[in-house]
Amino acid sequence: MDFAFSEEQEMLRSQARSFVTDRFGAERVAQLAETEAGWDESSWDAMTELGWMGLSIPEEQGGAGFGFLEEAVLFEELGYGLYPGPYFSTVALARRALDGAPEQLKRLASGGSRLTLAWIEGGRAKLLPETGMSTQAQESGDGWTLTGEKHLVPDASAATDVVVVAAGPEGLGLWVARCEDAKIEMDPTMDRTRRLGRIIFDGTPAEQVAGAGDVRSTLERVQMTAYAALALEAVGAGQAAFELAADHVKTREQFGKPIGAYQAVSHQVVDSYIGIELARSLAYWAAWCVAEGDERAPMAAAAAKSFAGEAAVASCERAIQVHGGIGFTYEHPLHRYYKRAQWIDSFDGFGSVQRASVATALLGS
Amino acid sequence: MDFRDAPEEASFRSELRSWLEENLPDGWRELSPSRTRWNADVSREWSKKLYEAGYVGLTWPKEYGGRAAPYTHQAVFLEEMVRAEAPEHIGVIGLGMAGPTIISHGTDEQKNRHLANILSGDEVWCQGFSEPGSGSDLASLRTKAVRDNDHFVVNGQKVWSSFAHIADWCILLVRTDPDAKKHQGITYLLVDMHSDGVDVRPLNQMSGEPEFNEIFFSDVRVPIENVLGEVNAGWGVAMTTLLHERGTLGFALTSRLEVAMNKVVTLARETGAERDPLIRDRIARHWVELQGLKFTNYRALTTLVKTGVPGPEGSIAKLFWSESNQRLTKLALEIMGPRAQLDGDEGIWDGYWQYQQLRSRGNTIEAGTSEVLRNIIAERVLGLPRSR
Repeated sequence: MDFAFSEEQEMLRSQARSFVTDRFGAERVAQLAETEAGWDESSWDAMTELGWMGLSIPEEQGGAGFGFLEEAVLFEELGYGLYPGPYFSTVALARRALDGAPEQLKRLASGGSRLTLAWIEGGRAKLLPETGMSTQAQESGDGWTLTGEKHLVPDASAATDVVVVAAGPEGLGLWVARCEDAKIEMDPTMDRTRRLGRIIFDGTPAEQVAGAGDVRSTLERVQMTAYAALALEAVGAGQAAFELAADHVKTREQFGKPIGAYQAVSHQVVDSYIGIELARSLAYWAAWCVAEGDERAPMAAAAAKSFAGEAAVASCERAIQVHGGIGFTYEHPLHRYYKRAQWIDSFDGFGSVQRASVATALLGS
Repeated sequence: MDFRDAPEEASFRSELRSWLEENLPDGWRELSPSRTRWNADVSREWSKKLYEAGYVGLTWPKEYGGRAAPYTHQAVFLEEMVRAEAPEHIGVIGLGMAGPTIISHGTDEQKNRHLANILSGDEVWCQGFSEPGSGSDLASLRTKAVRDNDHFVVNGQKVWSSFAHIADWCILLVRTDPDAKKHQGITYLLVDMHSDGVDVRPLNQMSGEPEFNEIFFSDVRVPIENVLGEVNAGWGVAMTTLLHERGTLGFALTSRLEVAMNKVVTLARETGAERDPLIRDRIARHWVELQGLKFTNYRALTTLVKTGVPGPEGSIAKLFWSESNQRLTKLALEIMGPRAQLDGDEGIWDGYWQYQQLRSRGNTIEAGTSEVLRNIIAERVLGLPRSR
C-alpha cells in the first residue's frame, strides 16, 4: 500500500498551483464571473500547451498517455483556484464518452475542441437514464441528426462540441454535435464560474459515439469519473475556504484577542480541517480506483462525491460564519467557493442520491 | 499511489489469513455477537497464541520480541483481524501505550524486563494518569512521590484506570518536585501493581459494568530504576504515551469500528430495517465516513513510512473515531426501535448494542476529551492562537 502521489504527479501539482494562483487569483476570478462569457478563452490554449487536455489520451491521438490520477491532481488544484472554464465538462464528462472516437480525442488533445455533456431534459435528470429520451437521433444520409432540448448543460456556452444522450432507432445512445449548429440559451446560475444552459437541437448534424450496446457502460464510466473529479474539486474549494477561515481568525481581533483564541471559533475551523482531510482521503482513494479500473471504483466515487461535496459546503459555511459580516458580502470571495461547493453537491443529485447507491452495494436493493 | 498489496504485504496477508483460519478459538465463529463474547481468559490465551506465532508487536524491534516489520504490515494485520472478527489482545494499554513509551525512553534493563512480556500478554498494564482533581488539566496532578534512598515512596489516588483490576504493571505519573512549575516537577514511573500499598477499587460505569477503577497508593515503594526517562522530566515522556494513545491506538480503534459497522449491517438485515430508506441512508453515511477515517489513517501511515514522522492527519484518528462510534452505536439502537430499551438476556444480541451505546459516551472523554483534542489540532496543527 502506498498512499502518496509520485514525484512527477507532485510536479504537476505545483505547476497547476502556479497556473491558478498566477493567472486566476481571487480578483481575476471575481472579474471573470461578472463577464458575459464567464471565462478567459485564452486560458484554454495555455492549458493545452501545458499538455493538460490530453493527459489521459493515448499518445497515438496526440495525448500524454497518462491516466486519471494525473488529471485528479489538476481537478483538485483547479477547484482550489475556482478555475472558470470548461475543463471539468470536457475532461471529466465528455472525454469519458469518446474512447471509441479517436478523431474526437485528437482534436481535444490538440486544443481544437472544448466539450460538454448534455443528458438532462424535462422530467429526466439522472446521469444513468432508466428509460428513453425525448431527444431523438435520426439517421440522415451517411450521418445522424439530433432533435430535442437539453437542460442544465454545464458550460454550454463555453463548449465548442457537445456529447448528447439521445434516443436512436435501436435505443439510447450517445452522439456528438457542434454547438454552433445548435441553439444555446444560458440560464442564470448561482455559481457564475460554472454556468448551466439549454441546448436546442433541430435537425443538428451529429456523429454517433456509443450505441445501445455500450451506452450504459459508457455513462457509468462518465458518472464515476465525474463523481471522483467533483470530489477532488470539492477538496480544493473546501480547502481554500478553510484556509481563508484559518487566516482570518489568526488576525481578526475582538475583545483584545485574535478570535481564533476563542474555542467556539477555533473548533469550527478544526471541524472544517477534519472534514476536508477525510474528504481528501476518500477523493484520492476514488481517483486511484477510477484510474486503475478497480472493482470498487463506482462505490468509492459515489462515497467520495457525497462526502466531499457536503464537506466543502460545510467548510464554506463555517468560513462565512467565522468571518462575520464581511464573509457575507458579495465583495468577499467566499461566496464563490460556497456556490461552487453547492454546484458540486447538487450534481446528479445531492449526497443522499450517491449514498443510496452505496446502500445498494452494502445492503442490496 | 497504489492501494494493492505490495508482494511482501500480499504474502504476509495470505500467511496470516490461513493462520487465523486454523487458530481461532474453537467455536468462536459460531458465537453470536454479545457482551459475553469477550472475557479475560479467552483473550489471555489468544494473546499468547498470537505472540507465539509472531503477530504481536509487528513493528517493534526484533531484540525485544518484535518483527521489525514495516508499518504497512500492522495495517494488514488489523484488516485481517477485522475480517476474521478475531478476539482482541489483552494488553491494549501495554501494546498501545506503555510499550511504545518504553521503546522511546526506556533503559536497556527496562526494555529487557518488560517488552517481550507485554507482547506475550504475560504482563497486563494499566495507566495511572488522571486524578479526581486532574482531568484535562493533567499537569496539575497531585499524587506525590518522595525520594527515600534508592526508592520513591508514592502516595495518592488515580482514577479511570481500565484493566487496573487485572493489571500487573502501571505507567504512573507522580509529582516529585512540588516547587517546580507544574509541567517540570513530574516523574514517570513503572509501578508493580502487586506492590504493598496498592489498592484497586472498581468504578461502576453507566452501563453497570466495572471497567474502570480507582487506584489508591499508600506508601508504595518504587525502586529508582523504575523511573522512565529522567526524574522531573516525566511530562515529555507522558506526551509520547498520549501521542501513541491517540495515534497508534486510534488506528486499531478504527478497525474495531469497522467490525461494528459490519455488525450494524447484519443487525439491519436481521430486523428488516435494511428496507427503510432513512436507515439505508444512515448506514451508507456511516460506511462512507468510516472509509474516510480509514484512508486518512493510511495516508498518515504512508507519511510515517516515507518520512519517519506521522502526518498531521493522524491527530484526527481518535477524535473522529470517538464521535463516529457514538453515532454508529446510536444508529444500532434506532434500528431496534422500541425494543432498544430491552437489555441483557431479553435484548437483541444479549444487550450487546445497549452496552456499546452507553460505553461509547466515554469515548469522547477518555484519552483526551474532544474539546482538548480540538484545541490541540487548532494550536499545534493549524497554528491558531492559544486559547489559554
